[in-house]
Amino acid sequence: MERVTKEEVPSKILQALLSTDSDISVDGALENEMILNMGPQHPATHGVLRLLLRLDGETVIACVPELGYLHRGYEKMAENMTYYEFIPHTDRLDYLSPMANNVAWAMAVEKLAGIESPARAQYIRMMITELARIASHLVAIGALAMDVGALTVFLWTLREREKILDIWDILCGARFTNSYTRIGGVANDAQPEALAKVKWFIDQYEPNLDECEKLINTNRIFIERLDGVGVISAQDAIEIGFTGPNLRGSGVEFDLRRATPYLFYNEIDFNIPVYKEGDCLARYFVRADETRESIKIIRQVLDKMPQGEVLANSPKKVLPKKTEIYSKMEELIHDFMIVNFGINPPVGEVYSAVENPKGELGFYLVSNGEGRPWKCKIRSPSMVNLQALPMLVKGHMVSDVVAIIGSIDPVMGEADK
Amino acid sequence: MIYDYLYKLTGSEIWAGVIQSFFPLFLFILPFALFAVWLERKVSAHMQDRLGPMRVGYHGALQTIADILKLLQKEDIVATENDKPLFNLAPVIVFAGSYAVFAAIPFSGAFIGSNIDLGLFFIIAVSGLVVAGILMAGWASNNKYSLLGAMRSAAQIISYEIPTIIVVLTIVMITGTLSLYKLSELQSGYFWNWMIFGGPGPGLHKFLFIPFMFIGFIILYISTLAEVNRTPFDIPEAESELVAGYHTEYSGMKFAMFFLAEYANMFAVSAIVAAVFFGGYQSPFGYLGNAFNLPWLIPIEQFFWFTAKGLFFVFVQMWLRWTLPRLRVDQLMAVCWKYLIPISFVNLIIVGLISVL
Repeated sequence: MERVTKEEVPSKILQALLSTDSDISVDGALENEMILNMGPQHPATHGVLRLLLRLDGETVIACVPELGYLHRGYEKMAENMTYYEFIPHTDRLDYLSPMANNVAWAMAVEKLAGIESPARAQYIRMMITELARIASHLVAIGALAMDVGALTVFLWTLREREKILDIWDILCGARFTNSYTRIGGVANDAQPEALAKVKWFIDQYEPNLDECEKLINTNRIFIERLDGVGVISAQDAIEIGFTGPNLRGSGVEFDLRRATPYLFYNEIDFNIPVYKEGDCLARYFVRADETRESIKIIRQVLDKMPQGEVLANSPKKVLPKKTEIYSKMEELIHDFMIVNFGINPPVGEVYSAVENPKGELGFYLVSNGEGRPWKCKIRSPSMVNLQALPMLVKGHMVSDVVAIIGSIDPVMGEADK
Repeated sequence: MIYDYLYKLTGSEIWAGVIQSFFPLFLFILPFALFAVWLERKVSAHMQDRLGPMRVGYHGALQTIADILKLLQKEDIVATENDKPLFNLAPVIVFAGSYAVFAAIPFSGAFIGSNIDLGLFFIIAVSGLVVAGILMAGWASNNKYSLLGAMRSAAQIISYEIPTIIVVLTIVMITGTLSLYKLSELQSGYFWNWMIFGGPGPGLHKFLFIPFMFIGFIILYISTLAEVNRTPFDIPEAESELVAGYHTEYSGMKFAMFFLAEYANMFAVSAIVAAVFFGGYQSPFGYLGNAFNLPWLIPIEQFFWFTAKGLFFVFVQMWLRWTLPRLRVDQLMAVCWKYLIPISFVNLIIVGLISVL
């Protein structure tokens, strides 16, 4: 593999910027053009995304995204900790929907270890995944509106998201970094208060979303800013590896909840919103419609949720309850073994992917029979979706760059891992 | 007139002039800016289901003063790569431009800083100074974002001056005066004498004028929004694109001067709209001073009405800011050159034809 030294990086980027076509003459190619460094500290780059833009006036000729400012080496870190210990780290991947990441990780490990979590736990997981989807899409919609200048919508959508965080607070005691799932189930049963609050939330959500949408959907400025901007065809979207709302905004009806049903999604009736245009507006509409579908899913999940245990009965793999650890010998031993040596899944490899708010979040795990994964690869949707950015912004203006980033909705915690 | 009174008091033309020129600053612009900043925060907060500043004073009334104290203590950062003379001069010019506008604004019949016959012309001309300051700030900052912001600002303000001037020309054509004092006096009486309702006097003309006056008012209001860089035309300082536009590099009191100039400008353009279309300082329903035979009360009432009208339009600016997204730079130009200018020209011609009738 070609290694790049620290000093070489800027010139490499410069080379990438220069190698693209331009009307300006070759000698002194940058004489009439400007290289604008956008980020990593910039109000509109959603975290620490750095873009190098080559501008002719305000038109973008070339764009080179530079990732890695939030790189924490999670894939390597996973190799040095037990499967349980990695749960809190999944919170920090897509930090706008930590619950969904927890579920994805727990499902991957369960597939590797061959554990089946109880039905109630699976229904709770569906509920929190969909709540996480709503929370994440609300931020995406609000941030997109804020990027094109409508600040009020952002505050209104955050107000709705706040209610979801309150639900999570009741459910697991944490508002933001939840770490709610456990291998083989969830940390604790969903309390009646939490379920009542979820019911209350889904009943009042749609009128409130309509209110937010009224402010922007009929606004000519908002539509004109997004309509026809950052168009990506279905073919290109598939080739880049788009997943999630971005792919469905390009007219491809692909949703992992339908394509490879997991949890109990095959028992649930819901639609997959698809828009054909492939522009920023279509991606925005997909997200707004998806939250409505999520509400539908949660409603059905609440109706169908059975009673029962929330942790699988598999003592060698699943952490016992704290009260039992303090009172029973067997549980104390299991707890000691699981915490110190891990759950030792059988030798093998597994790829488990779920439909996260941002797209397909996949964990590829290789076990050599020890308590720690031999290899962990995170297939993060934001990282893949961001690849389309240079293609999308080419020929647009600086203002559109901001709108396009907002519509792709990357979360740098996930993109940089 | 204030000037005559000051002349009598001090016995010197120079002192009277100097004192009078400081009048609007200390009596009006500073208190107004303090109030407007607080109002902006409160309006935005209540539109966004928040409370806004609540800690300093009653409902955060002293928040702006606290902020200014903070800004005064801030280090005045001048980067090594900045063009220092221009960098230091720019906020002064921007502020001077917006401050000079107040000279010709008729706050009441008895208080016009400088009652010149070319008041309207003076205001439009002198507010062009702001562009020079903004360009200077953008260029001297040696920052690409500032430069982009300054370029956008220059293009925008110059473009939008055209519809402004055409609408003002429409009014000048009807009334035959450029003096804001005369314009206001012309619209005296009740609110149906305001230009927006077809101007003074009875007759068929008046009713024919009304729709075109409304069109003129809307064009003028939109283009003044663009001239003071308010949403949806705030692209020079579009925070999500250009960080803070031309004043990205400024800190401390220099930043505060841009800030102050922005709010002073907001009132200035609102005052022009009020003076041209909404009767200036004239009360819509007659004066208490006339009713109770207290002639000294009338100028105070006039000041109240003028401020109230101006503040109303400032409020509408804030309202729009927290409702509308921001236009892209090419769309902004399209709005001006494809819609506002043709419509205002047609409006000018039609109004001209009606007044010839």
